[in-house]
Amino acid sequence: MKVSIFTTCMMDLMFPHVGKNMVEVLERLGCTVDVPDDQICCGQPTFNSGYVEASWPVMHNQIDALSAIDCDYIVCPAGSCTAILKEYPELLVDDPNDPTGDYMARAKILSAKTYEFSQFIWRVLGIADCGAELDTVATYHRSCHMTRLLGERETPFWLLENVKGLEMRQLDGIQYCCGFGGTFSVKEHEISELMVTSKVENIEKTGAETLISCDPGCLMNIGGRFNRLGKPMKIMHIAEVLNHNVDESRIKKISEVATPAPAPFP
Amino acid sequence: MGLSTSTLPFKERIAAAAKDKFAHASIAKAQDTQYTKRENARAELGNWQDWRKLGQSIRQHVIQYLPDYLEEFSDNVEKRGGNVFFAQTTDEANDFILNVIKQQQGHHVVKSKSMVTAELDLDKKLQALPDVSILETDLAEFILQEDDWDEPSHIVFPAIHKDRNQVHTIFKKLGYEGDNDPEHMARFARKYMRERFLEADVGITGCNFAIADSGIINLDTNEGNADLADSIPKAQIVVMGMERLVPSMKEAEIMDNMLARSAVGQKLTTYVTFEGQQTPGETDGPENFYVVVLDNNRSKALGTEFQEILQCIRCGACLNVCPVYRQIGGHGYGSLYPGPVGAVLSPILGGYEQFGELPFASSLCAACTETCPVLIPLHNLLIKHREVETDRLNMMHGFTDFQMKVVGKGTSSPFMFKMALRFKHFGLSPWTHQKPVTATNFFEYNNSMITKGPGMVGGWTDVRDLPVPPKHRDDFRVWFKHHKKQGGDAK
Ligand code: SF4
Repeated sequence: MKVSIFTTCMMDLMFPHVGKNMVEVLERLGCTVDVPDDQICCGQPTFNSGYVEASWPVMHNQIDALSAIDCDYIVCPAGSCTAILKEYPELLVDDPNDPTGDYMARAKILSAKTYEFSQFIWRVLGIADCGAELDTVATYHRSCHMTRLLGERETPFWLLENVKGLEMRQLDGIQYCCGFGGTFSVKEHEISELMVTSKVENIEKTGAETLISCDPGCLMNIGGRFNRLGKPMKIMHIAEVLNHNVDESRIKKISEVATPAPAPFP
Repeated sequence: MGLSTSTLPFKERIAAAAKDKFAHASIAKAQDTQYTKRENARAELGNWQDWRKLGQSIRQHVIQYLPDYLEEFSDNVEKRGGNVFFAQTTDEANDFILNVIKQQQGHHVVKSKSMVTAELDLDKKLQALPDVSILETDLAEFILQEDDWDEPSHIVFPAIHKDRNQVHTIFKKLGYEGDNDPEHMARFARKYMRERFLEADVGITGCNFAIADSGIINLDTNEGNADLADSIPKAQIVVMGMERLVPSMKEAEIMDNMLARSAVGQKLTTYVTFEGQQTPGETDGPENFYVVVLDNNRSKALGTEFQEILQCIRCGACLNVCPVYRQIGGHGYGSLYPGPVGAVLSPILGGYEQFGELPFASSLCAACTETCPVLIPLHNLLIKHREVETDRLNMMHGFTDFQMKVVGKGTSSPFMFKMALRFKHFGLSPWTHQKPVTATNFFEYNNSMITKGPGMVGGWTDVRDLPVPPKHRDDFRVWFKHHKKQGGDAK
């Protein structure tokens, strides 16, 4: 199975290890991985800030870059960016620079084959247990865009359930945004501070020593806040967890494990 | 104060809200309580998502044929002997209402909860009338009135920012001698109000839905005060926004059901009232019935990308799930209509000059869109406002604007992005401080942190540390090329 990585600008700029772990997991599970060269950013930072005109070229570049390599699937380390790429066909409806509808046509193809990393493992590869082991007490931060825009509420929880040694604690107020929101965190930092402060408090209340999420942006926000407060917290992207201390003989398909309970509401 | 509830600048309002620990705790508690009640009440229906589609289609249909339904409603009110007045502006509405009170020789006005009268700033106008007393009879509005006309901070629970101790203090001024048990305090308020209800000669109420085909209005309350306000006084003035219509009782029944579940987590509110001009043979209801239909810029949204906001049934659910509202409360927004619905509606009603900041005061988490009973895509409408302000009105200036445009350029050109990747590490190095990394692991390659950065970065570092971007040789793409060469891609 040929997989292209949709790197996201944030991973490129800041968090290379997320990508490395992701590639290693995917290859272990039998994928042939490639990274389309000219991709940059999904366009969300400018689009969501109201710079819609400036965002068309960003989206066009992304469509060109991701269609340049032939692949079965596109996999992304961020729920939020995945959601936006999947929304491309709606976002491009008003695009004045696409007279032939060529970008729209390719956007539809890309949108259909793009998945967030945990989603891809569970829903496409059908793998339930990646063979990972991590001895820690952890809690999970659910990103708003992955949950509400992408509509993925389950797969990270199910995959984490099968990590050996991992004890998951439920997070109070899991439905509330951590205050990241892209440029919101900078422009409205006073409000964002109140939000991330209450998120940090709730995380501390769980007694967890590790915080896991599928969105690097949220992790950079919450982790940066922990660091500002000088408080210890191990921050991990789910790819790091699933690539930790792997015993390949333990890799299991969904059919080989008990059916998981639906992830906690909401 | 009308639509605007504060004269302070936005950032000062947020700072004030951040300090108000009481309000903060009250709001958080109310949100959490409502959460369970609302979700349970909706789940009882079994197919909530289908109900939402139904609610949306009813409301969209009405908005699409709004002029026709308004005409039908107005004709039917008049057929029953009542009067309808279409007010373009708040001034027109106020003049009309004050005139009616004069004509009716009203001296004692009782009001039940109405956000639109607050939009009119009607209370202040009434206070200025000599020989006219005025009483808010919704318990929460009553509390605000007795607290020197404090501003409401929620569209369903106007006094949500007050806890029972604060209410206790307010009631003591009125002669209440009991404890701070909400039930005891409510009993006191009830007795206090009852005497004044009996002498009332004009009742002013809001309107949840106006029924077009019968010329009557529908009110949903839990206290029964609206029923007194519309049945005891001889004259009743209903004040409604021009979009609050349903075609017939059939749709009203559906909307009442959805409204009660969404607003207060109940199957129905305790009182569901339908009333209009008293007709011959009827034993109660107002002898003189007036309906004021207010535009106040609502019609500006018709036919635009913002039309969907007119579907709103003011259930307040979007406020109750909003993480920003949770933090800054209604007063932080500085608009009578706070929260997500307010951030979309206020700039339409009051203009971008005054409310242009509100659409940006959202992390776009979409909790509002997810809960809205009539499927208004609230977070997308916020983005639309941002687009109008930045692209079309050019309201953004200064360094942030410049930087956003640079981001746009940088993220659309592979060449520039690759250059940025190469030099990002150095770009920020003057601001780099060695600081122990306590949030470990994730910042593995970012072994130093920036604690005070330039430009937009400054907004980030005011709140949290920023990892220093890794050196180019550590980048993912560099690693991947190497990895591939080594046959990592062999499978
Ligand atoms: S926008 Fe939707 S959720 Fe918000 S008050 Fe209106 S109907 Fe309720």
